Amino acid sequence: MARALINIPPKAKRGEIITIRTLISHHMETGFRYTTTGTQIPRDIITTFVATYNGEEIFRADLFPAIAANPFITFTTVATESGTIALSWSGDNGFAATEQVQITVE
Amino acid sequence: MRRAVLFAAMLAVIGSLARASDLPPDKQRSSYQDMAPATRAMQDADTDNPAMLWVLDGEALWQTKAGNAGRACADCHGDAKQSMRGTAARHPAFDEKLNAPVNLEGRINICRTEQQQTAPLPYESKELLALSAYVALQSRGLPIESRDPRLEPAISAGRAEFMRRQGQLNLGCVHCHDQRFGEKLAGSTIPQGHPNGYPIYRLEWQTLGSLQRRLRNCLTGMRADNYPLGSPELVALETYLMRRARGMTVESPAVRP
Amino acid sequence: MTLTCKHDEIGAPKASRRDALRLIGAAAVGSTFATLRIQPLSASPAEMRTALERITDGKPVTAGRVKLEIPPLVENGNTVPITVTVESAMTAADHVRAIHVVTEKNPQPNVISCRLGPRAGRAMVSTRCRLSDTQNVIALAEMSDGSFWSDSVSVIITLGACLEDLI
Repeated sequence: MARALINIPPKAKRGEIITIRTLISHHMETGFRYTTTGTQIPRDIITTFVATYNGEEIFRADLFPAIAANPFITFTTVATESGTIALSWSGDNGFAATEQVQITVE
Repeated sequence: MRRAVLFAAMLAVIGSLARASDLPPDKQRSSYQDMAPATRAMQDADTDNPAMLWVLDGEALWQTKAGNAGRACADCHGDAKQSMRGTAARHPAFDEKLNAPVNLEGRINICRTEQQQTAPLPYESKELLALSAYVALQSRGLPIESRDPRLEPAISAGRAEFMRRQGQLNLGCVHCHDQRFGEKLAGSTIPQGHPNGYPIYRLEWQTLGSLQRRLRNCLTGMRADNYPLGSPELVALETYLMRRARGMTVESPAVRP
Repeated sequence: MTLTCKHDEIGAPKASRRDALRLIGAAAVGSTFATLRIQPLSASPAEMRTALERITDGKPVTAGRVKLEIPPLVENGNTVPITVTVESAMTAADHVRAIHVVTEKNPQPNVISCRLGPRAGRAMVSTRCRLSDTQNVIALAEMSDGSFWSDSVSVIITLGACLEDLI
């Protein structure tokens, strides 16, 4: 599975806005490039990123070839309750990756 | 009389050219200092630095048993945080068996072939970059060392390579990186060309790369004949660059434009 | 030459001498010539407008409330950090529904489209994008009342002089 680097504070106060920073290894091949012999290199990108908080979707992004390799996405959410924040990436050629992070809300 | 003054002036110019060929330690400048704030921020926070993805891979590989010996790096070296501290800051290091300097990638591969009894990892492979990034991270913040007198022949050879004009552009490394650092080459600021952050995550590459990939990139830019990855010429150049950068702080794994 | 190199890295097709020769070859053959279409190197501002219209469904877009942070002088177009923030209370009744980023000259105008809601607490998203050339980048926000707001930034991409062989 692709390597991902997630930064979510493990603890937060109820109602606090927390920042979620994510990095995932992926070459994000645009589909616009050619090899030296003229063959088109097929597109191979992550197309969708979804974040859920205790099962409920809190953020979603559609990614295009203009997203740089090793996609970095940062967004915010309100810490509502203790539980699991799940992040999943999916894309071309059946790419799928999921990471889960526990958060304690006081 | 006038002729004598002119001659003296010419001698002074020639003298200054000769002196200008080595970068004085008090002029050393990491290209980090010339980077845009956004690029610096990418290097400053481990959560933002894409090179850390390779470090995580390297940390896992460090614990993975490999080869006929069925040994992991950790089985001999233990906790890399202690055992690898400073290692990258003093490589290329002299290898007695080979009677030559060996760079960090070469050292990892010697371990693989001799201790783990398995095939060496190819240059720029994900695994070799991951291991070298993980090992290099353990030297972050330490000064670059270049003391071993046995390295002197390689340093001289590397220095000669650095000074030598080559390629269709008829340039030496010295002309950009000692004499014109801080000036512009097209839109980019010319850096001093220090090896203090390798392997680097280069925005241009959108991936991690070794110092030798970067050196070959420069040689291609000079339209010069290139040396293969892992060649003794490139290792000698690395050895000279480490001497030239001695005392500078290791930033590995750094981010560069 | 640096432009060609940059386009190559970004991924835009480049017309090489070989392509030109191939084109001449195809013309000589005759029948195949009619089927050849020359692909543009980049999207046109018109294509960007089309992309924007697809997002807004033709609704008017007002400049304001959106802030697109992007370095005015980019060191390398292959990895450009961008942050979009939108002024919004982010309540159930009044929030940002979506944030989009589009470009003028990339091979394809879309960069990213994000869906968010009141649970975000703040309308903010950061990512890193590829910009093939000096151009305008537009951030667009869709509000819960259906209105669209935008910010546009003109970005200069500096190009390096040294290229690298493909490895």
